[in-house]
Amino acid sequence: MAATTETVEQVRAVTEQKYKYGFTTDIESDVAPKGLNEDTVRFISAKKEEPEWLLEWRLKAFRAWQQMEEPHHWAKLSYPPIDYQDAHYYAAPKMKARPKSLDEVDPELLKTYEKLGIPLREQEILAGVEGSEGRSPAVAVDAVFDSVSVATTFKAKLEEMGIIFCAISEAVHKCPELVQKYLGSVVPYTDNFYATLNSAVFTDGSFVYIPKGVRCPMELSTYFRINQANTGQFERTLIIADEGSYVSYLEGCTAPKRDENQLHAAVVELVALDDAQIKYSTVQNWYPGNEEGVGGIYNFVTKRGACRGKNSKISWTQVETGSAITWKYPSCILQGDNSVGEFYSVAITNNLQQADTGTKMIHIGKNTRSTIVSKGISAGRAQQTYRGLVKILPKAEGARNHTQCDSLLIGDQCGAHTVPYIESRNRTARIEHEATTAKISEDQLFYCRQRGLSEEDAVSLIVNGFCKEVLKELPMEFAVEAQKLVGISLEGSVG
Amino acid sequence: MIEIKNLHATVDGKEILKGINLTIRPGEVHAIMGPNGSGKSTLSYVLAGREGYEITKGSVEYFGQDLLAMEPEERAGAGVFLAFQYPVEIPGVANTTFLKSALNAIRKQRGEQELDAMQFLKLVREKTKALNMTDEMLKRAVNVGFSGGEKKRNETLQMAVLQPKFAILDETDSGLDIDALKIVAEGVNALRSPERAMLVITHYQRLLDYIVPDYVHVLAHGKIQRSGGKELALELEKNGYAEFGVNEAA
Repeated sequence: MAATTETVEQVRAVTEQKYKYGFTTDIESDVAPKGLNEDTVRFISAKKEEPEWLLEWRLKAFRAWQQMEEPHHWAKLSYPPIDYQDAHYYAAPKMKARPKSLDEVDPELLKTYEKLGIPLREQEILAGVEGSEGRSPAVAVDAVFDSVSVATTFKAKLEEMGIIFCAISEAVHKCPELVQKYLGSVVPYTDNFYATLNSAVFTDGSFVYIPKGVRCPMELSTYFRINQANTGQFERTLIIADEGSYVSYLEGCTAPKRDENQLHAAVVELVALDDAQIKYSTVQNWYPGNEEGVGGIYNFVTKRGACRGKNSKISWTQVETGSAITWKYPSCILQGDNSVGEFYSVAITNNLQQADTGTKMIHIGKNTRSTIVSKGISAGRAQQTYRGLVKILPKAEGARNHTQCDSLLIGDQCGAHTVPYIESRNRTARIEHEATTAKISEDQLFYCRQRGLSEEDAVSLIVNGFCKEVLKELPMEFAVEAQKLVGISLEGSVG
Repeated sequence: MIEIKNLHATVDGKEILKGINLTIRPGEVHAIMGPNGSGKSTLSYVLAGREGYEITKGSVEYFGQDLLAMEPEERAGAGVFLAFQYPVEIPGVANTTFLKSALNAIRKQRGEQELDAMQFLKLVREKTKALNMTDEMLKRAVNVGFSGGEKKRNETLQMAVLQPKFAILDETDSGLDIDALKIVAEGVNALRSPERAMLVITHYQRLLDYIVPDYVHVLAHGKIQRSGGKELALELEKNGYAEFGVNEAA
């Protein structure tokens, strides 16, 4: 209740600003020369002082990628071919060495994150206060600026519990056996064009390991920020929840306004062992381009979770409002018996944004269950597609899936498309698919306005209502931000 | 409080209102009766500011302001309330959320402080009780799955919470059985006050047994054909609208 009012106010507050994260930070950067070849891969690997096996893995990926073609034929997206030689594959804020504490981080960087609403410093300080009172802090943050993780908060506190939460480049040195065992085990380096590219040139990202039986006491969060011009961002996240553990992980993304398109091709791999649970939430607000469709992020992301153990559970929740192009299908491989996969999604496209997004639920184990709730909102001249696969393999006795796919259209120039693929190879499986398409009606708008709400507040309220089932899945810390985004991203879509 | 002068309005080029004249003072309850298609609902929408109606002639003055120049939400802020004939469903938005957003939007427009969750809840509980509504109805999505009676009670609740200066009740009796009608009428009557004016729009006299008006006007062919006291309603009940050149086959 309070959140909605807050949303309405915040929407009002940013009316003039539109995309309020569109600033750039003036910071000295260490940038790799433009272009992509084996030397680029070696350069990145050397910068990270990586072990030989990782360089080899990257090179294998790079060679595989050279044989692959950009997947232009199946997704309902249109964009000019990307010149992969015309981008930098490595950009890092200049730092003498990896900062030991926040005091060593460039104050300009910290300011940027403050502008984004994630005051790292404050959180660390707060932690001291709260910790002494015996309460646990709400969120630990890993901040990724261009290609590099710049700061991770609450590390020490988490380490006490055996939880590892750090930059993946750091994990390579700290716990190489875990990284080597799981990296590429869910998304192999040959998986698809963008994931393969990522495998060759990924620069940083977050690494999480939750030991057996540990319930992570706070939300873990990574904030991604693309600052440098002409830079691709290729982060790689790996989360491992050992037997009986639990973790909730949040991911937020923003980028400055730029006229050219920037490429973001991330890979996220989740592994849940027996009885483990991973909740992964994303609020994606990359710069979407302007009203004429100039600029904006191309977001080609591969996210996949493996429920390896019995009774394990992986839950994806995403609120996608940004990017010029979104190509994203967070998936679950339900391998362990009785494992559960969930996908809750809100995707909003306005102006000339395009999104082709959905999920894949692969049922392998017995009595595996999956739930898909997708809410797509299309406004302006945007095109949006839900694309989902539910696949039941022969041994998945008693598998169940329920899919609900709702689209909301605002105006008469946008489009919503639903493309469900269902493959069942087991007779005992039960699969349900529901889909609806609706428009925000004149009646609803007038009713709200007659009660005193402005047109924009009315749209925000109606859309928040439409997305409620998904928004309630988000952790509290993110729910308010997400509701706010829903309002902002639809500004100017009516009237 | 409100002065409607020679109001003409068209929808899709067709003239529906053909010169309405009506003056309402604070504290008065006016009823507008008329057959289907006489322009009753058009009048209520024009006053509330719905899009799609073109005002071709005339004026509406509301507390000295040009009402027709105001946006719908500004009119709401200035105290104009329309109880809808067909209240609109808003899936996923809890009734309380809607009501609180509306109240605070209006309070903000008036330069009053917004209510916090506790203050609001106290207010709304009070009003709910008087209308025989349950807390459960507050938690449900706005009008979704509400029965006809529940929807009209919900409109009355909104009116009670928003405390308008000028309330238009558009066919509030439609879809109500006699018990529901009594409850809604009671709620409306409780809101009668020397500062508040009401315009009750109805086809049938029945509603006016419960919400007794000070004045009754007969609207037909886009014009007020006759005005009188509450006895005019009874006369209409007996003779129908035939006198006004309207033939309503049962």
